[in-house]
Amino acid sequence: MILVTVGTQMPFDRLVGAMDRWAACHPEVKVVAQTGGGTCRPEALEAFDFLAPDRLDRLQHEAELIVSHAGMGTILSVGMLGKPLVIMPRSFARGEHRNDHQAATARRFEGRPGIHVAREEEDLHALLDRRRDLAASSGLSPHASPDLLAALGEFISGG
Amino acid sequence: MQDSTAQSTSPGRPKRVLAVASGGGHWVQLMRLRPVFDAHSTFYVTTMPGLAVMAGVPSSAVVRDASRRHPFSVLMLVFQLLVLFVRVRPEVVVSTGAAPGLVAMFIGCCLRCRTVWIDSIANAEELSMSGRVAGRVANLWLTQWPHLARDEGPFFRGSVL
Repeated sequence: MILVTVGTQMPFDRLVGAMDRWAACHPEVKVVAQTGGGTCRPEALEAFDFLAPDRLDRLQHEAELIVSHAGMGTILSVGMLGKPLVIMPRSFARGEHRNDHQAATARRFEGRPGIHVAREEEDLHALLDRRRDLAASSGLSPHASPDLLAALGEFISGG
Repeated sequence: MQDSTAQSTSPGRPKRVLAVASGGGHWVQLMRLRPVFDAHSTFYVTTMPGLAVMAGVPSSAVVRDASRRHPFSVLMLVFQLLVLFVRVRPEVVVSTGAAPGLVAMFIGCCLRCRTVWIDSIANAEELSMSGRVAGRVANLWLTQWPHLARDEGPFFRGSVL
């Protein structure tokens, strides 16, 4: 199963539409999507406007591949699961977010183990076509870096 | 010589902490700081029902999300947070963003709490708007990207990765 998620803030029709078109050509693959609403009405996806946190978490565990916007929540959660993640950054120029920080996120995380960036529909379809060869993340620790934990711990205890 | 108040003011004593993060990526980043929060008496605040239960945190509340475009939402949020400040009486306020965390920082600042802002790792090329404003009230003002750190703050002390 492939899980598609666009985060909690707003829809991402370009990603949902691109996934729908790919899924229509691959009926043998189950694709579940959290779409955030939006005007795109997918036909080949099992689509939900919104999924409760525990349900989304279960689906992330079940999925063999996760496709999402370039949001840090998904990047961090999937990183801990040791699965491949395909991210499509929201584009400010196309009105997909309030600014272009997802493009920056994609640039910073591109090439890290398990993270595959698709900026356009063609890139996305190409990655999906070779989904069995996509590297998985090596398994992110569940905690922040030791230096950040130490700095925060010292500050809280130190007052 | 130790007086009778030494225990309540000693640095090692667990503090009452209010940890605030919007649902989504901000919350996921806050949860990565759990080892620190677990050593204190921490009350968690977020905007999405179900998150805190799923994370298994001992005490939490859900507040309304707010944005500058909807002044009424900000008013509601301020009210909800004030009630929580009275209930929890935090000594330290920590936020990873976004708007609700910033409002909590301001209230905390007025009530003489010590405040920590950790700007989201999603802001890799410039600080978020909330993050820039938070610099005015945060006692510890952090970015998660070394190239965004400045001598006068925000500072870099590691990241949630």
